[in-house]
Amino acid sequence: MSLLRRMLNLFSRTTLDHEIEDELRSHLEMRIDDNIATGMSAEEARRDALLRFGNLSSTREQTMEADVNLTLSDIWSDVRFGWRQLRRDTSFAWIAILVLALGFCGSVAIFAFVDAVLIKPLPYQNPSRLVALFESTSLGPRFHLSYLDYLDWKRQNKTFRSLEAYDEKTVALDTTKGKQVVGSAAVSAGFFRTLGVAPVLGRDFRDGEDTPAAARTAILSYAAWQNRYGGRIDILGEAIALEGVPYTVVGVLPQGFHFAPAATAEFWTALHGSSDPNGRGEHGLWAIARLKDGVTAETASSDMALIARQLANQYPDFDGGRSATVIPLTEMIVGNLRPILLLLLSGAILLLLIACVNVSGLMLVRSENRRHEMAVRSALGASRARLVQQLVTEGVMLAAAASLIGAGAAYGTIRLLLKLVPLNMLEDMPYLQGLGLNLHVVAVAAAVGLAMALLLSLMPVLRLSIAEVRSGLAQGGRSGTTTTWRRLGSNLVALELCTAMVLLVGAGLLGKSFYRLLHVDIGIQPQHLALLGLRAPGTTKQEQDIALTQRVLEEAGRLPGVQSTAITRQVPVANVAGGNTAFEIVGRPQHGTVYESNDRQVGTTYFSTVQARLARGRYFAETDDASKPRVAIVNQTFARRYFPGKDALGKYIRYDAASPVIEIVGVVNDIKEGPLDGEAQPVFYTPFGQDPGNSFFLVARTAQDPKEVLRSLDTTIHRIDPDIVVFSTETMEDRINHTQSTYLHRSAAWLVGGFAVMALLLGIVGLYGVIAYSVSQRTKEIGVRMAMGAQRSSINELIMNEGRRLLVVGVMAGSICSLVAGNLIRKLLFGTRPWDLGIFTIVVGMLAVSTMAASYIPARRAASLNPVEALRTD
Amino acid sequence: MAKNDLQGTLDLLVMKTLLQVGELHGYGIVLHIQRVSGDLLRIEEGSLYPALHRMEQQGWITANWALTETNRRAKYYKLTPEGRKRLEEDEKNFEHLVKGVRAVLRYA
Repeated sequence: MSLLRRMLNLFSRTTLDHEIEDELRSHLEMRIDDNIATGMSAEEARRDALLRFGNLSSTREQTMEADVNLTLSDIWSDVRFGWRQLRRDTSFAWIAILVLALGFCGSVAIFAFVDAVLIKPLPYQNPSRLVALFESTSLGPRFHLSYLDYLDWKRQNKTFRSLEAYDEKTVALDTTKGKQVVGSAAVSAGFFRTLGVAPVLGRDFRDGEDTPAAARTAILSYAAWQNRYGGRIDILGEAIALEGVPYTVVGVLPQGFHFAPAATAEFWTALHGSSDPNGRGEHGLWAIARLKDGVTAETASSDMALIARQLANQYPDFDGGRSATVIPLTEMIVGNLRPILLLLLSGAILLLLIACVNVSGLMLVRSENRRHEMAVRSALGASRARLVQQLVTEGVMLAAAASLIGAGAAYGTIRLLLKLVPLNMLEDMPYLQGLGLNLHVVAVAAAVGLAMALLLSLMPVLRLSIAEVRSGLAQGGRSGTTTTWRRLGSNLVALELCTAMVLLVGAGLLGKSFYRLLHVDIGIQPQHLALLGLRAPGTTKQEQDIALTQRVLEEAGRLPGVQSTAITRQVPVANVAGGNTAFEIVGRPQHGTVYESNDRQVGTTYFSTVQARLARGRYFAETDDASKPRVAIVNQTFARRYFPGKDALGKYIRYDAASPVIEIVGVVNDIKEGPLDGEAQPVFYTPFGQDPGNSFFLVARTAQDPKEVLRSLDTTIHRIDPDIVVFSTETMEDRINHTQSTYLHRSAAWLVGGFAVMALLLGIVGLYGVIAYSVSQRTKEIGVRMAMGAQRSSINELIMNEGRRLLVVGVMAGSICSLVAGNLIRKLLFGTRPWDLGIFTIVVGMLAVSTMAASYIPARRAASLNPVEALRTD
Repeated sequence: MAKNDLQGTLDLLVMKTLLQVGELHGYGIVLHIQRVSGDLLRIEEGSLYPALHRMEQQGWITANWALTETNRRAKYYKLTPEGRKRLEEDEKNFEHLVKGVRAVLRYA
């Protein structure tokens, strides 16, 4: 209380001064009056009053001290003095503040992402005890499991408290404005209980509600409840229609809930799996589980592997060659972002480091110039502690200003970076919703700010203690300490160049990877391709599906600007190349091994429309319909893996013993079905006409920009049948640009590139500063050299050599660090080696040119010095 | 043990004076203490003011400017409820102190 009052009094110090003065005077006057009343003369009365009172001015000061907190007053005067100092040297202050704010902004903004993705736990109870389950096949570790496998896993495992399945899909919702495509997920009854999430309204699914006989029920996401039903409480019990099937709404999920694998799901329905024993081969589900207390994911993994082996033995036709994968749920959700975020965080920290080093260098130069001031102040009676306090105040002021500007910039940067993420990717990353300046981020920001303040105040204080303060009065002294500090300044610049080189090499490697990725051969011509995802109302008759696709092809083909059209069940370049199957090769004994391949159903004109390259054999023909023998085209990876050294043409395969044989009639060059940076997988294509479906893509090659054609294609489809749901419209090039792998590579390349450019700039400015400072310190020496007959060119060389020496040291250290850094990010590179000689050469060249340019200016100034004037400088 | 420093005695005297008289200015406080103590206690006039201001900052007394009987402007001090509580404590402490000191002096 009283402290606060005393602090407030700081601001009204002058008023207080007057008041105290008045009060003391009135006391003296009253005493004088009384003295006169007792008969003293005016003069006597006055002297007596003063005598009784004691030391007037000391009383005044003591009284003031009682009213005002003087330590604070000192600090306040330091702040004002510091402010004046900074004002006097505005360019220094602004450069220091901006450079620091830059480093601050970068690291805090990137940390906000790291926090949202890697640190903040998922919004479930005890999320670290949750795991994701997959079936593994010879193609990879993360594949769907079938409903019957899920039931067996659930029954037989000994390591999970609960194990639940889910399936994410888009469905058509009946609304007053016609059918709308919405995200949905079907989950087993205990799904939300396993996550530890309870509905905010209504109830959770009950046990047994996920059996085929149970009534169909749905739980809404909070967003769906608010946006589609206006947050009405009486939504419970209401009926909605998904794909024409009525569901009763029984609950609403909490607002903060999200589940990234089904991020866009607005409607959560109870899963109604079929227990038909022949359905075991239909692998279409994902699963999560909660570990029992004390059970590790590894134990669970071996338990599941055992169960999967038993199932494979029991049902070789369906589960042969399959095992189980158990990974932490967080790993599944954010695992692919971890390396890239850590990379960016390291980049940001390096930038922060370089910024701090840079400003430290500036402070050094400045403290050198302030030696005189410090010496004068200390000669005038300022205590050492007082000088230190002054310097610390200035450092803290700089750091505080930089932190404030940096925090504002970080906020803007976070918003900007979020805007740069494509919308469809953002939807898949719901955990980014919590992004912003939250408690964690503010704490880290405060820590960074404090560290900067510490560095900025420590630097000149150390300088103060090393330099003999009083000797500073003899300004001319080029003492030994000056050289020490100049050397430290140069070392700092070498460190900056080294850091800049690491960032430049990193950016170069990532940039080259990104270029390689965009130019990877995907096996088709992606330019001028329009893609529409369609789903017709479910029919049971295959002829209807075929008739519909023919109608769509015909009408779309007639549109102006459309050169050719095709149908396919799946389109290339997916984040995950799903849709795989087990198969056997006719006439080849299996011996327990299981062949796995992606399978794709494509229309007759598909390969010619996407302009794939046929290696051998033929494409499908119109005549390859359901009435003809089954045929397939395989990709080269398929041919190489399953028919090594042999001709795949004319060979027969089949799904299983019960299905018809399929003749391989063609071999096509590999088309990237999965992510751009993924390995090629074996694929076999079968004619759409022999295996049609009601969900397919329309692919159109266009003469001009496919974006313009997309709209007319969309209207054409709706004219054919308004009940056809168009669930996606995009161009092939957009699709490539928007895949996760492209995006991750692009953002890494751009952000690290940005860091690198800033680092280079800071490094160059730092180098310029050190060399310019050295020239100013060596003016006299240069004068002497000139007087002794040194040529201007040799003076020029003298200074340039200083820059060269720093460059060599920086590049040598930087090369070693870059090799280490390149090796660390090896996994993020695509088609690029960590020791890419070309990039190293370019980076060293860039550094050399820019450092030489930076030293040229001071070198020229040194060379053009007038020796007479130079000798006169003190 | 109660806090019983002799320095606090000035505070005690000032607050007791204000309790007995009500509002009073610094000079009046000096005169009052001198008169009531039968000239035994003479306050160092200069040292009174820092004490008054400190007590004001502590919130034990408040002050405002007013005119004296002789039409001079003076700063009048008044005890606050908080100061009243403080006075009670100080009085108790002082009694303890006096008792303790007396006990030591009488020890034979």
